[in-house]
Amino acid sequence: MAKTKFLVSRYDAARDTKPYLQEFRLEIPQGATLLDCINLIKWTQDGTLTYRMSCRSAICGSCSMKVNGHARLACKTQAADVVIDGAVTIEPMGNLPLIRDLAVDLEPFFDSIDRVKPYLVPDESRQWKREMLQSHDDYRKIEDASTCIMCASCWSDCNVLEVDPRFLGPAALAKAQRFVHDSRDSDTIGRIEFLSRVTGMWDCTHCAECATRCPTDAKPLFRIKELRTAAMTHKITNNNGARHVLAFRESVGGTVPGIGGGMLNENYIPVRSVGFFNLDGILSIIPVGVRMIIRGKNPPILPHIIDKFGEVRAMFRRFNDYRKEYRK
Amino acid sequence: MKYALYTGCVAKGAGRELMSATVYAAERLGIQIREMKDASCCGAGAIQEDNPLLADALNARTFSLAEEQGLDIMTICGTCQGVMRTAQIKMEHNPAHKERVNAALKRDSGREYQGKVKVKHFYQIVEEDYGLENLVKRVTRKLTGLKVAPFYGCYVLRPHEYSDTKVPDRPDYLEKLIAAVGATPVDYAEKQKCCGFPILMPNKANALQLSGNAMIGALKAGADVIVTPCPLCHLNMDSYQPEIEEMLDRKINMPVLHYPQLIALALGANLDELKMNTHVVLPNEKLLEVVNR
Repeated sequence: MAKTKFLVSRYDAARDTKPYLQEFRLEIPQGATLLDCINLIKWTQDGTLTYRMSCRSAICGSCSMKVNGHARLACKTQAADVVIDGAVTIEPMGNLPLIRDLAVDLEPFFDSIDRVKPYLVPDESRQWKREMLQSHDDYRKIEDASTCIMCASCWSDCNVLEVDPRFLGPAALAKAQRFVHDSRDSDTIGRIEFLSRVTGMWDCTHCAECATRCPTDAKPLFRIKELRTAAMTHKITNNNGARHVLAFRESVGGTVPGIGGGMLNENYIPVRSVGFFNLDGILSIIPVGVRMIIRGKNPPILPHIIDKFGEVRAMFRRFNDYRKEYRK
Repeated sequence: MKYALYTGCVAKGAGRELMSATVYAAERLGIQIREMKDASCCGAGAIQEDNPLLADALNARTFSLAEEQGLDIMTICGTCQGVMRTAQIKMEHNPAHKERVNAALKRDSGREYQGKVKVKHFYQIVEEDYGLENLVKRVTRKLTGLKVAPFYGCYVLRPHEYSDTKVPDRPDYLEKLIAAVGATPVDYAEKQKCCGFPILMPNKANALQLSGNAMIGALKAGADVIVTPCPLCHLNMDSYQPEIEEMLDRKINMPVLHYPQLIALALGANLDELKMNTHVVLPNEKLLEVVNR
């Protein structure tokens, strides 16, 4: 069997100015995981190769690394599956300071988790005579987020974190969803208000890298969407992100007269999103508006009304019924 | 070949030039399209967050409209494609959910989604149903010498479970099309990243930085223009390019083409027919040179 080329990122702060790829050659044993192969390289070719690993069973979350450019758990990856043209490239996770070779400093990741109060806040005014039981249905609301193994794969590939390290990040937001929807928690509103600030839930750009790279059912993007649904349901909407959603409702559903009928009103959306009385916000959208008017790219002044809009309007008139039916 | 054309909102609003190019390209390729004038917005992820069941019902309604015509749906917006397929796959995988959606839909609009319609983006149709070899036969203006950076947009790639793109971590649809029209695809690290458009309202600085990074990546790789199947990516990179240049303190001057515009140019369209003068970033020297040759 031909040997596979393993291009492994190496870096030693005492010696190197920047990381570089070192080539190792290894015959992949049948059924070997990527972690098995990295271990073999360390044990038989270069004992200085540095990386994290522990359980080898996809539960401790230690061995996440970038494989051909995307974060994966090395122990949950069949090596043969990731060979492209006879080679596999292995690099450290992204968006984290590099310590050595494939080992990164996870402090920023764990700090983000701490910021969302990752613990239950019980109602102190109640006299608890027994443990707080949950129904099966209540548990199902937090079950997916509970499967997070803190491997930081989501953090590694998050597009927003690449441009803004202040962003809470996918894992912390998934963790937050787990408490926002916990029937035993008493701080639901406080949590949503905190998460609605800049750097919180509305700063996620839907790149869906987190949901794609997550090795468990936690899939942060879907949890972030659930957080946003909670914010809309609890009417915590005094921010651009939530107002943007309201603008969709109002123009597509025609719930505000004259604003729309089945389609987006692209003239209304930006103004409604920044807030009608937010002078700075309004000023910030004027330049793009002027540019588009100059080119004739601005949307038509009158909103586009679809044929048979009555059907869509009837659906939006039952807006609350749909929400209730969804929760059933 | 005949499809029900789902335009999405942008092609009827701030990206009407996308509609012109779609009509031009489809006509010259011999793909018949019938515009779905009664279809609503797909929700773009926003209505899904506001009211998940209502959003799925809106899309089920759109599917039922196409089923009524006996046609599959062609989308021309990457976001619509991703959002609509997500709604469809959710119902496919969860019959109880489909039943719940249909019960509400029937009650409010008298319609029912049967689950027959296929939803495909124009770029999938060209490659999977029409065939690039057939497109090549109709090319009248080879775009030789034009270096084109593909920019996919998130919704046609991720999450993988809701994407129909083959090998979504290493897609080659746009690269193949670029080569088919005689241009040269350029490779760069940001081609599968997010343009930032969805956070333009909550965090404009981050939104513009993401688009800026992508365009700088394309520029460094030697691209003359960018092509994208998502008009939202186009809007962020085109309409905001002057602000991005100011923020990054760097001239970019990168025209951002809609996917059908690239095809239409190769089929002989002139820039006026494609309304390319409505782009904020007008065709640059290289694009003019190739088109006017």
